[in-house]
Amino acid sequence: MPYPSEFKYSKEHEWVKREDGTIRMGITEYAQGELGDVVYVELPQVGHQVKQGEGLATVESVKSVSDVFAPVSGKISEVNQALEDRPELINQSAHEQGWLCCIEMSDPAELEALMDAAAYQQHIGSLSE
Amino acid sequence: MSEFIPHTPQDQRQMLQTIGLSSIEELFSDIPQQILQRYRPLGLEPESELEVARHLRALAKKNANPDENICFIGGGIYDHYLPSVIDYFLQRGEFLTAYTPYQPEISQGTLTVLFEYQTMVAELTGMDVANASLYDGSTALAEAMLLARRVSGRSKFLMAQSLNPNYQAVLRTYAWAADLELITVPLDRNGQLDRSFLRQRLNSNDDIGGLLMQTPNFWGLIEDLSGLKELLGPALLCVSVNPIAAGLLEPPGACGADIVTGEGQVLGNAPNFGGPLLGLFACHKSYLRQLPGHVVGRTVDLDERTGYVMTLQAREQHIRRERATSNICTNQTLLALASTIYLASLGRQGLRRVAELCAQKAHYLAERIAALPGYALRWSGAPFFNEFAITTPVAPQTLLDHLRRRGILGGLSLEPYGDGQTLLIAVTERRSRAELDAYLQALKELKA
Amino acid sequence: MSAKSGQTIFDLGRPGRYALSLPELDVSARPIETLIPKRLLRQEAPRLPEVSQVELVRHYTRLATKNYGVDSGIYPLGSCTMKYNPRINEQLARLPGFAGAHPLQGEALSQGSLELLYRLGRWLSVIAGLDETTLQPAAGAHSELTGMMLIRRYFEAQGQQEQRRLILLPDSAHGTNPSSAHLAGFEVQEVSSDERGMVDPVALARQVDERVAGIMLTVPNTLGIFESDILEVSEIIHRAGGFVYCDGANLNSIVGRARPGDFGADIVHFNLHKTFGTPHGSGGPGAGGIAVEKRLVPYLPVPLVVRREDGQYALDYQRPQSIGRLQAFYGNFAVLVRAYAYIRMLGDAGLREVSGGAVLGANYLKERLKKIYRLPYDRLCKHEFVLSGAGLAPEVHTLDIAKRLIDYGIHPPTIYFPLIVHEALMIEPTETSSLEELDEFVEAMSQIAKEAQESPELLQEAPHHTPVRRLDDVRAARHPVTVWPAG
Repeated sequence: MPYPSEFKYSKEHEWVKREDGTIRMGITEYAQGELGDVVYVELPQVGHQVKQGEGLATVESVKSVSDVFAPVSGKISEVNQALEDRPELINQSAHEQGWLCCIEMSDPAELEALMDAAAYQQHIGSLSE
Repeated sequence: MSEFIPHTPQDQRQMLQTIGLSSIEELFSDIPQQILQRYRPLGLEPESELEVARHLRALAKKNANPDENICFIGGGIYDHYLPSVIDYFLQRGEFLTAYTPYQPEISQGTLTVLFEYQTMVAELTGMDVANASLYDGSTALAEAMLLARRVSGRSKFLMAQSLNPNYQAVLRTYAWAADLELITVPLDRNGQLDRSFLRQRLNSNDDIGGLLMQTPNFWGLIEDLSGLKELLGPALLCVSVNPIAAGLLEPPGACGADIVTGEGQVLGNAPNFGGPLLGLFACHKSYLRQLPGHVVGRTVDLDERTGYVMTLQAREQHIRRERATSNICTNQTLLALASTIYLASLGRQGLRRVAELCAQKAHYLAERIAALPGYALRWSGAPFFNEFAITTPVAPQTLLDHLRRRGILGGLSLEPYGDGQTLLIAVTERRSRAELDAYLQALKELKA
Repeated sequence: MSAKSGQTIFDLGRPGRYALSLPELDVSARPIETLIPKRLLRQEAPRLPEVSQVELVRHYTRLATKNYGVDSGIYPLGSCTMKYNPRINEQLARLPGFAGAHPLQGEALSQGSLELLYRLGRWLSVIAGLDETTLQPAAGAHSELTGMMLIRRYFEAQGQQEQRRLILLPDSAHGTNPSSAHLAGFEVQEVSSDERGMVDPVALARQVDERVAGIMLTVPNTLGIFESDILEVSEIIHRAGGFVYCDGANLNSIVGRARPGDFGADIVHFNLHKTFGTPHGSGGPGAGGIAVEKRLVPYLPVPLVVRREDGQYALDYQRPQSIGRLQAFYGNFAVLVRAYAYIRMLGDAGLREVSGGAVLGANYLKERLKKIYRLPYDRLCKHEFVLSGAGLAPEVHTLDIAKRLIDYGIHPPTIYFPLIVHEALMIEPTETSSLEELDEFVEAMSQIAKEAQESPELLQEAPHHTPVRRLDDVRAARHPVTVWPAG
């Protein structure tokens, strides 16, 4: 069971872990598998304000580039500097060491719109059909 | 049947039979008839190789014959010596007729050359990284402007008036298309970048994305880059250089430049009536993933053998489409090959010697022309490299016509560029003492 | 004989060696510091190689042998038109009057160059079925940018720049199309291809409104299919007040038979290095150029090559509405000399034979290969067609097929493009491949299909006989080493 039940998930394959008023986020195991070897991650700047659904980072593989969208609105409070030298952390540990950033939520109610693990797994199941 | 198309009538029949058609025309039945019916030919009969060669020789003869016209024209293109080894390799089919190296296993020749080329460009400019080349020096500077916009998020750019006017024109075209504003930095009384204007403009607002300038500048004057980056702060210092001068001059990278571009024609490429050219592009390593165009990188194969590939391709148009760092798809590999072989031929001391020969000979001629009655250096307060502007006692065109009758292409009249009674003269290592003296003699005769 | 893998010119030589001697200074030498202040001088000579001429020649000869060019064999790289490049053109481009011509030597001393540019421009206008041509753009993508700028300037002149913001593009378009449109300040919107692989006029009509500045269409498209509804498509765009931009990358398949201007194109670009036989040079220089219809002529880049009434050729700068300059001079002249000679050698009959041969070869290959590989769009094709490498065997991909072709001594087709075909293999044999070569290609492809089932590892580990085997792209991109010495 690779999709932790305490996480929330977006349709665009971001995971969200609530840490009080802040969330930590990354891309899902499914997303990293689709992308292949990640070679570079463009992270947002700390302090930057984002709105739910806006692009906040890009993840590059050798032959593709994908946008990562903000699952909630708020202010970027921390980014995963380790990805600068080791983008492969996303492939090796998408849900833990490969996290992208933390966001101080401006509207925690937005979390409600996200899926739980079971719904997300159903979602990706429908994609591979 | 053309000599380039190997299908005999029998081959055609066999192929058509496999397809299930009976004529070549049927292969075009998917094109609406009314389009086919509107077709109009050129009215050209095919010609043999012999006839075409005869015609083109006659056409080429309508141009000035370079063997009978000693060239002192510069303005961005210079008449340097082309070592014989270069053309030998340019004509090798493996380099000449290959495509962009998308299949690295059968393109290690091209990829290795481009890796060497990137290294040399980075070294000459004093920068960390370089790309595999762009169209020409002017578009390279335009790409520098676009990169500076991406990283600064600012849309106003300072453009030196001392920049080659044709480059200024290209920048204006690109700036208009990208909704950028260009602010011209005037000349100071020495013909160089006006620092007081720069200081004032930079102090008044922090909305400037970068400075676009050239050294040696259009008048051949060497711009002093020291302290510029400090003035600019976060705005990017973008400098276009002559890579031959780089054999002698402190590279912009050592003076804090963020992006260095240049025209690589001088490095072993013929003038070719102005094209194709070679756009050099180098920058600080923090902008590596913002580079326009192809970049070659070193890696290993399955057996851990060293090899080269095109890399960082996610920046490029075939992957990022409208969000690519540039729309450029080709580079100028064959000219990059020429430049790599040129620099490898000259080597560490040779490039410096070529640059010195250019500078010494240019100063020899400049001083002697300036000593003639009625002539003077247009700018006497700034050092120059191998090109200099002279004010003349007669209209420059009169002077050029006079020189031309003596087999000398005497330079570039700056009248069309708004600098009347001025001639821009370039001297390369190819010019012998006898040729320089012939130039002087011709000027003296005009006086008489 | 084989040198160390990955060896560069920097790994060779010894301090003090050089490959070219220079003349002694023949004017009185002055200390360099008296000419140029010391603070402006380089403190240390640039670190360039120090090799003898023989080392240099052997190094680049070794490198040349690691390349594959059109001169080496069949090169069916889709959308790139890798046809034979006539050798005579190398000589002609090097005629001293051309190669040695300085672009600023003046019109009077450049009549030969200008006449060539003028005549080539006229021919290309006729080939396009349009009114005027500029040869200033340096390449295909540069031409696209120029064309997009012309459209923008036109609408600015009409006072419609705020309204006409949108460029439409089929989803099969080359990546340069959206990128060029974006660079000229347009928004891009995709038009979906229908099940025939073409633009559907009915769907297009629904998508078009008064915001549309134009559509960029590659004709025939990147599936190698001629848009049979092109007349309706053009009419829809024209009725909405937009321009039809024809990406001429695939002109080789209709040259001598059909003209873009006759199916509604208002702008056509040329890739002279494709259709007109100039060498690709391992990735450049190519040469571009665009032909336009009357309304856009005032906006063409300066200078325009013109013929004066007295028969002299000239550079016209008096064009106040022009978009300006696109590069420092007049275009990639030496490439244009080759294209000019090529058109002269072929004449009308030869150009017609070019498209006939290109389309004949492509359809022949398609018919034979569709029995072995999946052909998602099975129609009459033009100069190229697109197979899918999927479904040969589990765990065998298009990339593996391509790499295995190298073992057979054949340059692989374009792969993974267009994006609308899964595991695409885009094959363009060109008219210069003989029937024997086409048959050899079919033979190799069918052997590979067999191998895919019997011993897939032969494909997955291919190529086997090249100077290097598959290279680690991921490592190159994660930890870029782009200059020597490597870290």
